[in-house]
Amino acid sequence: MLKYTLIPLLPLLSFIINILFGRNFIKDKAHWLAVPAVFGSFVLAVSAFMDVQSGNVININIYNWIVSGNFNVTIGFLIDQLTAIMLIVVTSISTLIFIYSIGYMHGDSGYYRFFSYLSLFVFSMLILVMSNNFLLLYFGWEAVGLCSYFLIGFWFHKKSAADAGKKAFIVNRFGDFGFGLGVILVFLTFGSLEYLQVFGKANSVIGQTINIFGYNLDLITVICLLLFCGAIGKSAQMPLHVWLPDAMEGPTPVSALIHAATMVTAGVFMVARCNPLFSLSHTAMNTVAVVGGITAIFAATIGLVQNDIKRVIAYSTVSQLGYMFLALGVGAYSAGIFHLYTHAYFKALLFLGSGSVIHALHDEQNMQKMGGLKKHMPITYWVFILATLSITGIPGFAGFFSKDEILYRAYLGGEVGKGLWMLATVAALLTAFYSWRLIFLTFHGKFRGPHEQEHHLHESPKVITVPLMLLAVGAVAAGWVGIPPLLMEHGDKIGEFLAPVLGHPHGEGSHSEEMMVMGMSVLVALAGWYIAYKMYVRNPELPQKVGAKFKPVYNLLYNKYYIDELYNRIFVQPTLKFSDKVILGFFDKSIIEGVVNGVPNLIGVFSSKFRKIQTGLLSNYGLVMAAGALAIIGYMLFLR
Amino acid sequence: MENVIFNQLNYPILTYTVFLPVLGALLLLFMSNATLIRWTTLAVTAATFVISLPLLTAFNKSTYKMQFVERHEWIPSWGINYFIGIDGISILFIFLTTLLSMLCVLVSWKAIETKAKEFHIAILTMEAGMLGVFVALDFFLFYIFWEAMLIPMFLLIGVWGGPQRVYAAIKFFLYTLVGSVLMLVGIVVLYFTGGNTLDILTLSAMQYPVKLQYWLFMAFLAAFAVKVPMFPVHTWLPDAHTEAPTAGSVILAGVLIKMGAYGFLRFSIPMFPDATKFFMQPMLILSVIAIIYGALVCLAQKDLKRLIAYSSVSHMGFVTLGIFALNSQGMEGGILQMLNHGIITGALFLMVGIIYERTHTRVIADYGGFATLVPWFAGLFIILTFASIGLPGTNGFIGEFLILFGAFKAQKLYGALAATGVILGAGYMLWLYQRVFWEKANPDWTSASHAVRDLNLREVITLLPLFILIFWIGCYPETFLSYMHSSVEHLLENINKPAAAGPEDLIAQRILEIF
Repeated sequence: MLKYTLIPLLPLLSFIINILFGRNFIKDKAHWLAVPAVFGSFVLAVSAFMDVQSGNVININIYNWIVSGNFNVTIGFLIDQLTAIMLIVVTSISTLIFIYSIGYMHGDSGYYRFFSYLSLFVFSMLILVMSNNFLLLYFGWEAVGLCSYFLIGFWFHKKSAADAGKKAFIVNRFGDFGFGLGVILVFLTFGSLEYLQVFGKANSVIGQTINIFGYNLDLITVICLLLFCGAIGKSAQMPLHVWLPDAMEGPTPVSALIHAATMVTAGVFMVARCNPLFSLSHTAMNTVAVVGGITAIFAATIGLVQNDIKRVIAYSTVSQLGYMFLALGVGAYSAGIFHLYTHAYFKALLFLGSGSVIHALHDEQNMQKMGGLKKHMPITYWVFILATLSITGIPGFAGFFSKDEILYRAYLGGEVGKGLWMLATVAALLTAFYSWRLIFLTFHGKFRGPHEQEHHLHESPKVITVPLMLLAVGAVAAGWVGIPPLLMEHGDKIGEFLAPVLGHPHGEGSHSEEMMVMGMSVLVALAGWYIAYKMYVRNPELPQKVGAKFKPVYNLLYNKYYIDELYNRIFVQPTLKFSDKVILGFFDKSIIEGVVNGVPNLIGVFSSKFRKIQTGLLSNYGLVMAAGALAIIGYMLFLR
Repeated sequence: MENVIFNQLNYPILTYTVFLPVLGALLLLFMSNATLIRWTTLAVTAATFVISLPLLTAFNKSTYKMQFVERHEWIPSWGINYFIGIDGISILFIFLTTLLSMLCVLVSWKAIETKAKEFHIAILTMEAGMLGVFVALDFFLFYIFWEAMLIPMFLLIGVWGGPQRVYAAIKFFLYTLVGSVLMLVGIVVLYFTGGNTLDILTLSAMQYPVKLQYWLFMAFLAAFAVKVPMFPVHTWLPDAHTEAPTAGSVILAGVLIKMGAYGFLRFSIPMFPDATKFFMQPMLILSVIAIIYGALVCLAQKDLKRLIAYSSVSHMGFVTLGIFALNSQGMEGGILQMLNHGIITGALFLMVGIIYERTHTRVIADYGGFATLVPWFAGLFIILTFASIGLPGTNGFIGEFLILFGAFKAQKLYGALAATGVILGAGYMLWLYQRVFWEKANPDWTSASHAVRDLNLREVITLLPLFILIFWIGCYPETFLSYMHSSVEHLLENINKPAAAGPEDLIAQRILEIF
């Protein structure tokens, strides 16, 4: 038990020590503790993985966290096949990124802070994936959001970074609003928050309804959709995707670890974890699939025209997360998790590679000012090529296997699925285009930055390139555990490994259909490369012409469909104005304060009037008394 | 008296706890040296805190009955007794009061230079008054304590407060007084209907006609709603909190405004169960309004202290929401959230006071970049920010979650509406943090002559206990929740008893009302 508890505790320990003593004592040696801690977690995670592989599912409760009336929730861990894979992904990539950060963050005044937050993040993420109940999941969920906030706002003296951190947290809160209510509803429905108990009872509530605003809605659908709200926020799906591109304000290792490989996939993990619930609701499943499919293509279109190297990759991440949800929504949970796993490697590699470029160019992120870096940074270039081959789905590379599986499962997923398959295939074309565009703009052609900078261009140090090369191994080979049966019998090892938790997707197509889907996906990958090659290597002036010709479209995409502006116009500004002018200015100050300060004034006015009654003349008093007596007598005589 | 447990310790622990501060205040009368006065006050408050600790350890958690009870005849001809005791609802507030009073002395160490003697006497008498309110089991005694604590607070605001202190003090006084007078009427009515007794437990055990319950509920509501403060009688709070000296704000936010919610739990709900059920809806609605309204006002605040004051309106809305959800999660969450709010907002006011001593401005726009200038301060403040937002792992989460759970269980709509307060809370607190601590530093504070100093040892010691509690409650709330389980259970059983008057009686009453 201690072994499993230590997996999250080691990074927590590193956080506590670094944050308390980093500023005055540890300083630039913060990684001395952080790296071994996270590597220790990795070793323990591997050991836990092997325990699971040998057939042990670990479910331990450590202590009762909250007890109130019939409500009871524990701090406890569940390590099954799904968690085991997540543990490997999280700890292995964290270890590499920690090492990379030693080089990347070297000399930063907040070096100890960086490693503190990063350690806290790993702790939180591990809690998130290891939890055995919904509330501890929520704990991890919020805690990774907290770390994300700290790390996006790491360079807090920049207003843009401070804004982005705050935005990420608040946008996520919108999703968590639903998620939290979902968790409460889970308890009220099932009388427990522990996964295994809830999922065990899932079938017993089929057909039950819940009354919301007078409508009777299917209970499970409501629960699933509420939970999915959280996933939309955390995994940056439409319409809550707006925070992720801005999150690129954080240091690049953060973008790689949190905003590509691990945290943003929490939503995918959560939905996969709750598959026994989601599978019972067609509405919820279709919602997940449609949100995923639309986000996949929507984000890809924005990625086509962005010039900031990290933003291109960020939109690519949003798009790839969309693929994962598409997979989950068509019931191919293991395909979604498989893509999560391969994506973690190639996307972390893309980010860290771009970090290497940005490092060499002294924080320049605009690709229009790059170019020709191939000869200066050969290692970075080649790992970038490998990652791109992987993400675009070239056969043999990791991304091919996972993406192909998703496309195939979508194709088999009924009418909704077929439509989404088409969307996703187009998105794959766009993915190939923007990925190669990034390579060509950055590494090919002539250097377009300032002349004096060109002489200082150099490959990054080993502490950066070695993690890159290791990740490249993952970007190439990670997919080999999920080779479709069509190409190799018993090749889909990961699917089989996950089957006890995630089940098998239903529906079987013919070999020819599977070949067709696969062929299409390879075809669009090549087509994307070809178009990018034509536009950015052969005719470098072509993009501008195209951009000028389709100006409105270009502007729409370049400005991200003006969604940020829209939200600002219809949510943020009105809320602030309403608070200031109506609530505080009018209501609090005029109405309530007016009444409160008005009452004494009113009393003052009245009492001065009443004072006039007190004339002091005995005859007046006598008159009033007589009138009163008359009135009473009259009442007694006639009205009763 | 079968419904109480007489003092299980061999000394009158509650009397000691309540009256030690009074003794200390008397002692101060004979002192003139300010340093000596400070040390004496600190020693007295620390001793009070230590003396009160055995309450926590010797408390019997398995019963709802009043414990550590002391009962002596006082004015027999009126049936008035010196009757004190605590149960699972009040015990945590004894702890909170003695703790915060001690911290208030520490934080005022340098801030109070004029009339130090009077200031410390006020603090001590107020501590005694607050403790008295929580232990009193006789209405006469209760009302004395209730009014007694008003006076030192009035003085704290009016004498040691900010520029608008007199306005704020009078407003505070009038508001609470009007409420209290209505409660007094209620108490008098209870005295005569309850058979000439002021014994709170006896009066709680009786059943009153439903119509009378409505009137009495409203009379008590007048006093408690102002104290909480509930919407729309909250406007005294921002003025009082903002103008009060740091110690005053901490006590106001930490303990004083808990009295209202405590009153609901001790009087309104057990004595008027049918009225409670009848008024449940309006109370829940007012709570939800307070949550959202308070949060929205926070978004518009430009004054640091005022923002935190208004956030109290929102947070106390959560408390009343939980209490009037009338289920165990909501009620326990509500009680825990009262403690939490005392800790978090108490600490927030302490920290704002600490930074104000250095900058002498409360205008948010004057700040900026303070994370670079005072990193330790900024680090502690972010913890409070997230505790206030209700991040899991901190105490704020446990309280808010239980309350939202209870509210959702009782009324889905209110639970859902209240949860939007969680989004708004993140909005105003993080925006505040950004404006004060992030971005570029205001050049005024970076120049050598005005350099802002980070926390010193005294300040760290002042804050530390509260931060320990934040994480303790966040990670293992059972330590605190376990005190209230039995009492809350008993309270709820009481409400769920069949109505005092059967349905026929009720109809008869309605008819009488009409004619």
